[in-house]
Amino acid sequence: MSTELQSRTAAPSAKRPPKPVGPWRSNIGLKIAMAVSGVLMVLFIIAHMAGNLHVFEGREEMNAYAAGLRSFGEPLLPHESLLWVLRIGLVASIAVHLWTGIVLSVRSHHARPVKYAHRQQAKGESPNAYLTMRLGGIVIILFVVWHLLDLTWRTVNPVKDVHDAYGAVVATFDPSRWPVTVFYLLALVALGFHLRHGVWSAVQTIAGPGTKWRKRTQATALAVAVVIVVGFAIVPLSVTFGLVE
Amino acid sequence: MKLKLRIWRQSDADAKGRMVAYELDDVSEDASFLEMLDVLNERLIAEGGDPVAFDHDCREGICGSCSLVIDGQPHGPQGATTTCQLHMRKFKDGDSIDVEPWRAGAFPVIKDLVVDRSAFDRIIQAGGYISAPTGTAPDAHAAPIPKEDADAAFSAAACIGCGACVAACPNGSGMLFMAAKVAHLGLVPQGQPERRTRVLGMVAAHDEAGFGGCTNTGECAAACPKEIGLDVIGRLNRDFRKAAVRAA
Repeated sequence: MSTELQSRTAAPSAKRPPKPVGPWRSNIGLKIAMAVSGVLMVLFIIAHMAGNLHVFEGREEMNAYAAGLRSFGEPLLPHESLLWVLRIGLVASIAVHLWTGIVLSVRSHHARPVKYAHRQQAKGESPNAYLTMRLGGIVIILFVVWHLLDLTWRTVNPVKDVHDAYGAVVATFDPSRWPVTVFYLLALVALGFHLRHGVWSAVQTIAGPGTKWRKRTQATALAVAVVIVVGFAIVPLSVTFGLVE
Repeated sequence: MKLKLRIWRQSDADAKGRMVAYELDDVSEDASFLEMLDVLNERLIAEGGDPVAFDHDCREGICGSCSLVIDGQPHGPQGATTTCQLHMRKFKDGDSIDVEPWRAGAFPVIKDLVVDRSAFDRIIQAGGYISAPTGTAPDAHAAPIPKEDADAAFSAAACIGCGACVAACPNGSGMLFMAAKVAHLGLVPQGQPERRTRVLGMVAAHDEAGFGGCTNTGECAAACPKEIGLDVIGRLNRDFRKAAVRAA
């Protein structure tokens, strides 16, 4: 007699994503890759935010800091070594973060083919996280494209001289270009919600803390999100309200 | 009390289902939710109709058979309660109540409110067990277990495998169920020899069944009738990472 359990119906044969191959392609494996790439980007963002605050020291200090980033490690290291490490690391992190995000979202979509007729308000520890992460992520990626065109490549910035970082910041957040500032602030809010969940979720995925440490991580994530949003928002607001000219 | 019900009716796995409205008068507030459905079914049978199919067994909150998403909440509005232990006094006279099956690609509807949860059996078969020699059972106190671990293992073992976590999860993920099993067996000495193969096998079976991934949104823990928390998911992630690194 076979002791094998027989299901009453065959395994679902509905349209499903292809079978994951190997542990690192599993949902948790992809989530770990997403978490690691996210943590790397958070570290970059904190450094970026701190660097931005040089704007309050005036044009020369800010531009000297920008030049210092390019000449970091010279003459031992080639010109722009630090920047190239950051660029490659960021592009790789964004690629991993986006790819895992898309694959996991598609799998989630297939996992609930029929929606509920009665929608109930979320009551989990991070309510509606899947919205702030996925929709928020789309807002953030659109912002990153704009940000590169504006303050990195200066395609849409009135100040074309790449060595005048200060001038570019002051020009782009000029009160006459208020939609730019509004979009910047909205993207920051999206980033804030993304990080408020993302930071503790990454720790939960990589380290898997117990209840006590999970609560501490959640508090830390909120603090990180607030610091980053305030730290970034203070620059455009200061320019718009004439504190930095 | 009077109730307006909207219930998901689907004649078989391949049929297209829809929400059907029913009105019930004279519902006792001492009735359980399932007894209320029994009353409706008796009426439907008397009228020559097809009774509403729903899963149930012990009706004591421990077997994990009953399901039902009531007003968008697995097992209904009362926390830490299975549908069979939910009573009509939680509702008000004149309430409209929506009743739907667990919604997940991995839990296909068999009929009406009954879904096929054998995907959970396949996850258990892939590692949710310990291998024990037959013969005389060893003395219970032969393998000492710290009290803290025993308590945590027991809390995780309270999982009745009902699937409310999957029903509640916006990603249709079975992580909380799988994590409860991994935590329950991984916390005791008997579970150690198979700890790595268990987590890898169960995760593969979970994904193959078509469950989604975890967003750590916590809807599963909020819906769990046995109040299993997100800490077990953390433990699962940790065990998985260690096992996957060693398997690489």
